[in-house]
Amino acid sequence: MAKIKVTINEGGFEREVEIEAPEGTGSWPKPDQMHVLGKRTTRLEAPDKVTGRARYTYDVNLPGLLYGKIIRSPHAHARIAKIDVTKAKALPGVKAVIVIDPNKEVTYQGDEIAALAAVSSDVAEDAARLIDIQYDLLPHVASIDDARKPGAPRAIPNRDNVGREERSETGDVNSAFAAADAAIDANYSTQVQTHVCLETHGVVCKWDGDELTVWASTQGVQGVRDELAREFGLPASKVHAITEHMGGGFGSKFGAGVEGSICARLAKDAKAPVKLMLDRKEEHLAVGNRPSIQIHMKAAGKKTGELTALETDSYATGGVGGGAGYPMPYVYSCPNTRIAKREVFINAGAARAFRAPGCPPAAYLMESTMDDLAEKLGVDPLEFRRKNDPNQTRQKQYDMGAERIGWATRRNKVPGSAPGPVKRGIGMGSGAWGGGGGPADIVTTRIHRDGSVEVLCGVQDLGTGTRTAIGVVAAEELGLQPHELKVAIGHTDYGPSNGSGGSVTIGSVSPAAKTSAANAKMQLFQKVAPSLGVTANDLSAQNGRVFVTKDPAKGMSWKDACAKLDAAGISAQGSWIPGLNSSGTAGTQFAEVEVDTETGRVRPLRVVAVHDCGLVVNRLTAESQIYGGVLMGLSFALLEDRILDGPTGRMVNPNMEDYKVVGCLEVPQIDVILMDMPERGVIGLGEPPVIPTAAAIANAVYNAIGVRVRDLPITPDKVLTALSAKAKEA
Amino acid sequence: MEKRDADDRPPRENGRRPRRPISRRGFLAGIGGAAAVAGALTSGSCSRAADAGPKPLSGETQITLRVNGEDRKVTVEPRTTLLDALRDRLDVTGPKKVCDRGECGACTVLMDGQPVYACLTLAVDAQGKQITTVEGIGTPDKMHPVQQAFVEHDALMCGFCTPGFVMSVKALLDRNPNPSPDNVRHALAGNICRCGTYPRVFEAALDAAKRVKGGA
Repeated sequence: MAKIKVTINEGGFEREVEIEAPEGTGSWPKPDQMHVLGKRTTRLEAPDKVTGRARYTYDVNLPGLLYGKIIRSPHAHARIAKIDVTKAKALPGVKAVIVIDPNKEVTYQGDEIAALAAVSSDVAEDAARLIDIQYDLLPHVASIDDARKPGAPRAIPNRDNVGREERSETGDVNSAFAAADAAIDANYSTQVQTHVCLETHGVVCKWDGDELTVWASTQGVQGVRDELAREFGLPASKVHAITEHMGGGFGSKFGAGVEGSICARLAKDAKAPVKLMLDRKEEHLAVGNRPSIQIHMKAAGKKTGELTALETDSYATGGVGGGAGYPMPYVYSCPNTRIAKREVFINAGAARAFRAPGCPPAAYLMESTMDDLAEKLGVDPLEFRRKNDPNQTRQKQYDMGAERIGWATRRNKVPGSAPGPVKRGIGMGSGAWGGGGGPADIVTTRIHRDGSVEVLCGVQDLGTGTRTAIGVVAAEELGLQPHELKVAIGHTDYGPSNGSGGSVTIGSVSPAAKTSAANAKMQLFQKVAPSLGVTANDLSAQNGRVFVTKDPAKGMSWKDACAKLDAAGISAQGSWIPGLNSSGTAGTQFAEVEVDTETGRVRPLRVVAVHDCGLVVNRLTAESQIYGGVLMGLSFALLEDRILDGPTGRMVNPNMEDYKVVGCLEVPQIDVILMDMPERGVIGLGEPPVIPTAAAIANAVYNAIGVRVRDLPITPDKVLTALSAKAKEA
Repeated sequence: MEKRDADDRPPRENGRRPRRPISRRGFLAGIGGAAAVAGALTSGSCSRAADAGPKPLSGETQITLRVNGEDRKVTVEPRTTLLDALRDRLDVTGPKKVCDRGECGACTVLMDGQPVYACLTLAVDAQGKQITTVEGIGTPDKMHPVQQAFVEHDALMCGFCTPGFVMSVKALLDRNPNPSPDNVRHALAGNICRCGTYPRVFEAALDAAKRVKGGA
């Protein structure tokens, strides 16, 4: 059997694996023959979501439900000297108390220490206060700089604060710098961003004997099931994970998590169902973030527009966790590179995959460098990119985006040269993402004798529109409308499914949905064909009819066709086959901003986002995905920052007031340009649009004021500091 | 009365006493709770709150809330928020708990027609008021024009903020049937959407205004 390579997702990180190619190759209809694919389909679950009918994990109420709470370390680094839960246990209404490890060395504020379940969330909070914990404080490090100081205390026991250096070199960097027409040399940094999923992490666990049902706010029901089955020594068949709706994950919600396993234990001990949802503060502290990077960047080029050398040296931290990698030189080709990266451990919550891990910071760093170097070389920044970007799709996107934003006419030829205190500027940035997909899902299509159709798959919908996409694909195959189908997802009992990360969901599940619907349709055709005096292969299904392909007048309505089924109806499965999806997306964004040089405030005015995602399954939700990516990227550029207090190692803004997330008043005009490339099959779009925005905005700020802010987020204080530093120079 | 979360206790070792973070519960228990009890509770079962020393309030009492046109009896504590009473005790889960301190708007409900954060409203203070949640203005089969517009404009992604946005838009249109795009932005400035669906929400709100006027 032939082997092929596919991208799958494991625990939030995509991985390329070699598999035996399944039999058969799929193909999508030609664009002019698509009836629902590529059109605008409203979300199948939208009526439930706008009326409060949709039930998320947080909304699950069960008879006798208890409320769980985790007690966490207030300290960045400490050892538990004594823990006494007697009073908490004695409080009326408390049904279970667990101490995770009475001697635990906690290594970040928010580290789990104990947990309890009580009859109400109020009683649970009262009980949490009654747990007496004495700590021996240990010295901590709360920043990359502190962690790197000679003699700095270790953040994690038995582990150096600075991890192994990852180094790569191509070409001859020294000679390239020596031969360059111009070079730049600058330090940059990017901040820690937290996921801020509106539905916090959490689960509801209910035991029936030795069978466990868990409602989880997760990006992978199957992972949750498998993890809990392993932990409790149960066969997978006795654990059921359900995520009918979930309130955002962005990479942070894989596996059952500590809260999942604690909740299942509490429910077991209390002999009652338990809901354990984290609060907003815990969410900031303990369940993931995007790592920060400090980097020294040197680059050189030629007046003819070539980027000839890049040398970078960086320290990045994912708190007590790893995963702080990022691509460099990212989308550009550079013949001579010397890249050094080190991961640093500090006493802060561990990083997790966050929407295009590593890429938004990498784009900001690389695109700022490209702009600065272009200016020094006297080359138009757009031309500089055209010359050094090998990607043909992006080359087209440069034209489309530049024209829409008015690059030639609206951009300041001399950065900062516009008159007056409020200055406008234009900038750009690019991104690339893999995506992909492979065999992970089995989709089941059921056709009932009354003509109704159900499509089932275990897979979950993070808000990206997965449920609707499955409906669109199956409806196209069956000649029906998506809203005529019932798509049931988010339940491990519906069959194997992929974790939703790495933008591989649509590339994994659409082929399976298509195959399943095609198999079901063929069974229906076999039942119907004799009555039309043809064979199954002679039939088509379109516009709610089943008919002879060569003689469309000869046929019957979908309902009449289904009436020929016996009582059992049809149930057909389908799995992934090659030919229907691919990987690799390109994106370019242009931004226009207004900077008030007296207040330092940056006001984003417009973002033009040009992206490709192969065959667009649902144009409506694909556009929404791009809006969302741009706004999350804008939020990263201008607002979000997890701030740790050095002396205590505590987060000073663990809420939604001081940790700023983009709101209505910051939303610019966003122009979405979605490139159609149906011949490439489906490709995920969840991550790509978040990547270029911060880069484009940072460059627009530079173009407006003629001063580079080299530290994200670009807040008013940094703008004013940069302006005054420039004024002093002058 | 002072209360604070267990994990907010200042470190004893360094002798300094950092500024204590304000927790909503501590704040309510400290001033709002007792006042609310004195002013709003008819039952005497919580009278110990009046002479409250530094110990947890735990008295429960039954009150009646008028939710979506129906009188619902519910047992609450003085400190129980309207949001918890609705979600945990009455199984009205449309209003969402996201920040639980008035920063995101996901719990927005109407109280006598005015939008309020249910997480910042005590259940006892909601007695005698008309409380309208997202469930009360339409159903999947018979959606309110605002809800219909949200569906058609894809003004939702994960949907967790959606009930709050729907209610904020409804409240806006009730007081201003002809909002400008700027009016919409300001009316929704107290609602946060992490998926970033704002442009769609703006479209939906303006379209909903037309639908409401047209009697759709």
